[in-house]
Amino acid sequence: MSTAMATAAVDSAPTELQAFTVTLIIRRFDPEVDEEPRWQDFDVELYGTDRVLDALHKIKWEQDGSLAFRRSCAHGICGSDAMRINGRNRLACKTLIKDLDISQPIYVEAIKGLPLEKDLIVDMEPFFESFRQVQPFLQASSKPKDGKERKQSVEQRERFDDTTKCILCAACTSSCPVFWTDGQYFGPAAIVNAHRFIFDSRDDAAQVRLDILNDKEGVWRCRTTFNCTDACPRGIQVTQAIAEVKQAIMRGKP
Amino acid sequence: MTTSTATIARPTRRRGINWEKWGWIYMRVSGVILVVLIFGHLFTNLMTGEGIKAIDFAFVGGKLSDPFWQWWDVAMLWLALIHGANGMRTIVNDYVSSRSVNLALKWALLVSTVLLIVLGTLVVFTFDPCPVVAPGSEHLLASFCGAL
Repeated sequence: MSTAMATAAVDSAPTELQAFTVTLIIRRFDPEVDEEPRWQDFDVELYGTDRVLDALHKIKWEQDGSLAFRRSCAHGICGSDAMRINGRNRLACKTLIKDLDISQPIYVEAIKGLPLEKDLIVDMEPFFESFRQVQPFLQASSKPKDGKERKQSVEQRERFDDTTKCILCAACTSSCPVFWTDGQYFGPAAIVNAHRFIFDSRDDAAQVRLDILNDKEGVWRCRTTFNCTDACPRGIQVTQAIAEVKQAIMRGKP
Repeated sequence: MTTSTATIARPTRRRGINWEKWGWIYMRVSGVILVVLIFGHLFTNLMTGEGIKAIDFAFVGGKLSDPFWQWWDVAMLWLALIHGANGMRTIVNDYVSSRSVNLALKWALLVSTVLLIVLGTLVVFTFDPCPVVAPGSEHLLASFCGAL
């Protein structure tokens, strides 16, 4: 079977895949040398099936080893390589070259609103700090029936299913114009993760989280611009989740 | 180690009115009411009767001497000005990072809003299209005042 697949790949490769030169303009910043970030362009040979992450790898491995960026799994799960690609927050490992307009250079820069450390790497600590503040862990004070487990119906699980998908890549929070100017704002990702537990039938601390988010810098700073929903690489309806938390605060319960 | 569930202490939030929350609710509620008030205003002024040709000093004077339209206009004035000022306040909060400029702009917003609301309310309730004038100055009055 593997031989058959290999042959098929060889047969189709010359006709389907055609390499082309793509220009990437990357916002570089080396804190030891640069006063200000600067744009640097690279020409890379790529296939349409390559991703922006492959382009960054090619640059790092073949042209300029000093290029710094984060990535781990490279398959859209770990959430390490969120960056601003052509002005939009995307995961580099999920953005295919064929989906971009390669007649123009591709602009790649670090996500906004968090302190820039080097090239495409930002300090994620403020992001994780607001994540911690919403207490993103299950808190059950009741004893489960029969001393075994807390059962949940399909509907009860469905209620918060969308917000369980978050991979904490910070694409949403760093696309939020309110977060750009006000670092105190919790940001979409923290609210999404609060939503995941507020609407969980097994959790008993919803009231505490609603209280935290009912703050001056909480959900009321959201301006419903939908930047976060557009940026989410997991397709979470972030703005809707925030609106549901707002409604829960007004009701006084989830 | 004990088996009790660990709970992080309930965060202390200052008590009192949550202005951000009420501001947010105000925007929603006043927005819905304003849609009715503004389109009602436009409809009676522009669509009914003679339409736009009917609008002159007498038309406005007539409307402002009717308590129904007085309250309609005052409601529109208050709701729209506070709605607009609160919207501007959120924009200032979102985009002006300098503390002093931020504060100055918000004070300017507050002063201008209060001023416009006070003046507007005063005009709506005290407007008299045919005031008492000194003898000899009657020609300054609107033409329909003589009939009254």
